[in-house]
Amino acid sequence: MTAVSVPPKPVRRRRRLPAYAPWAVLAGALGVGALLSLLSGTFTFTGALLFGALVHVVAITTLSAVVEGRRWATDRLATTLVTAAFVLAAIPLVSLVVLVLRFGMERFSWTFLNDDMVGIFGASVEGGVFHAIIGTLWVTGLCSLVAIPLGILTAVYLVEYARPGPLKRAITVLVDVMTGIPSIVAGLFAATLFMVVVGPQYKAGVMGAVALALLMTPVVVRSVEEMLRLVPNELREAAYALGVPKWLTVVKVVLRTAIAGITTGVMIAIARVIGETAPLLLTVGIVANVNWNAFDGRIATLPVYVFRQYAQGGASVDRAWAGALTLILIVMLLNLVARLVSRYFSPKGAR
Amino acid sequence: MSKRIDVSDLDVYYGDFLAVEGVTMTIEARSITALIGPSGCGKSTFLRTLNRMHEVIPGARVEGKAVMDGVDLYGKHVDPVEVRRQIGMVFQRPNPFPTMSIADNVLAGVKLNNRRLPRSEQEEIVERALTGANLWNEVKDRLNRPGSSLSGGQQQRLCIARAIAVRPQVLLMDEPCSALDPISTLAIEDLMNELKDDYTIVIVTHNMQQAARVSDRTGFFNIAGTGKPGRLIEIDDTSVMFSSPSQKATEDYISGRFG
Repeated sequence: MTAVSVPPKPVRRRRRLPAYAPWAVLAGALGVGALLSLLSGTFTFTGALLFGALVHVVAITTLSAVVEGRRWATDRLATTLVTAAFVLAAIPLVSLVVLVLRFGMERFSWTFLNDDMVGIFGASVEGGVFHAIIGTLWVTGLCSLVAIPLGILTAVYLVEYARPGPLKRAITVLVDVMTGIPSIVAGLFAATLFMVVVGPQYKAGVMGAVALALLMTPVVVRSVEEMLRLVPNELREAAYALGVPKWLTVVKVVLRTAIAGITTGVMIAIARVIGETAPLLLTVGIVANVNWNAFDGRIATLPVYVFRQYAQGGASVDRAWAGALTLILIVMLLNLVARLVSRYFSPKGAR
Repeated sequence: MSKRIDVSDLDVYYGDFLAVEGVTMTIEARSITALIGPSGCGKSTFLRTLNRMHEVIPGARVEGKAVMDGVDLYGKHVDPVEVRRQIGMVFQRPNPFPTMSIADNVLAGVKLNNRRLPRSEQEEIVERALTGANLWNEVKDRLNRPGSSLSGGQQQRLCIARAIAVRPQVLLMDEPCSALDPISTLAIEDLMNELKDDYTIVIVTHNMQQAARVSDRTGFFNIAGTGKPGRLIEIDDTSVMFSSPSQKATEDYISGRFG
């Protein structure tokens, strides 16, 4: 055995850029970007930002490489790119919210929420969305009533009961395929189903609910499945070892532990279908008055309402924006409720 | 409140793989039986067959007999849920239910089975079980805090309290101290010594000093090689096993010559 002696290197101290350096560089880079934009023809805000961002990436990396060394330069480069990606991703979201708020607030009011569209014509500025809210709640509610239990039970079967084999594989594949069904196909399916079973004249909210349930179930299955897999096996074994039967273990330990995640998954699924337009256009159509009965007659829904108002143009466009704002608010409200539910039920943290 | 188990010719399978072969032993009532042996030799697998936890794993099955109280645990009409109510288990890693408070964790065996008890009786069970597990004094002022707020050693004792709250006949412990520091280990070993007055205890351990310290009888498992089934080499009184075992392999293992 030969001893190879390597003299230990002392830990070198590195000079670091001050904390304000990236911001200073950014400011400078934006200035240069503006200048470049001006030189390339006419000054545009977008151009200045774009050039500025490019200059910033190059400048901060080079500066860091000179002062701090290669490892830190790589770190700066990666940080800058990741931040840029985040900002890029946030731009559409923020601008969407701003846009809907700006145009939606034109007509959004308490009266708007409590009025329907009976007797409203082209250029009149009255009219509201009450009938569409009721319709959306009916259709989405009925759809959830079918899709949530069905989805959760399917997921429980897949995770807790199914033995590896053709049946389990078939269900998994079918769920995957169903996730990818275009919504218009679900609408056509529901329309045809009711045409065959009930008759061609039948129009009702429940048709839309069936179409949406078709879209929602696989989403619920998928997210609940993931959540159930996250529950540690040790908890199931702990319950079995206490002489708890399997079904009680599933209900009181597995579902109870995963309830926070399940709620979130279900909310995402609801948010996914509440804005569906195409299948509802095909099945439930649109009316001007409030229809309290989801099993008889056409029913108005928010997405279709927005579509119709926008298509009509003129003064109706404002109503379309206000309707869109209402829809977003409903989804936000649901999300808030889900947050509260999952906070209340989530496993209590340490200490 | 404790019973002996007579195991005869027990083979344990994972699917087609024979994991443990031909175990015959008697687990005496009101005593501690320790199972030792190198990793992968089937001690834990064997332990889990005693309360039918083994079959929870898909494809796992058991052949042979394990008779408690004149009833074969693997008999035709025996419900595994009933077996597990009689034979409790403590796992290697503490696993309190994260959604439950300390008190609810102790009452888990009652509450998860949808049984309703008057409040006074519940409080009595909680105090009895936590006192039995040597944890009462540490947690009596915070019974409503989540079970996960306790330290690792306390969590493990909470799991023991949870197991003895349902008054089982036998308590199986699968390396209950392997994740614990020496002080918590000592607390749990003391606890086992107290518990053996009332319970039959079977403990799997990698720690031979622990086996020597706490157990009355010791069984040595060994495996001939990877892919081969584990076997019970011998079982005897702990003092005999650690001073003059009849098998060479046992002596080698105990004296640290292999494994």
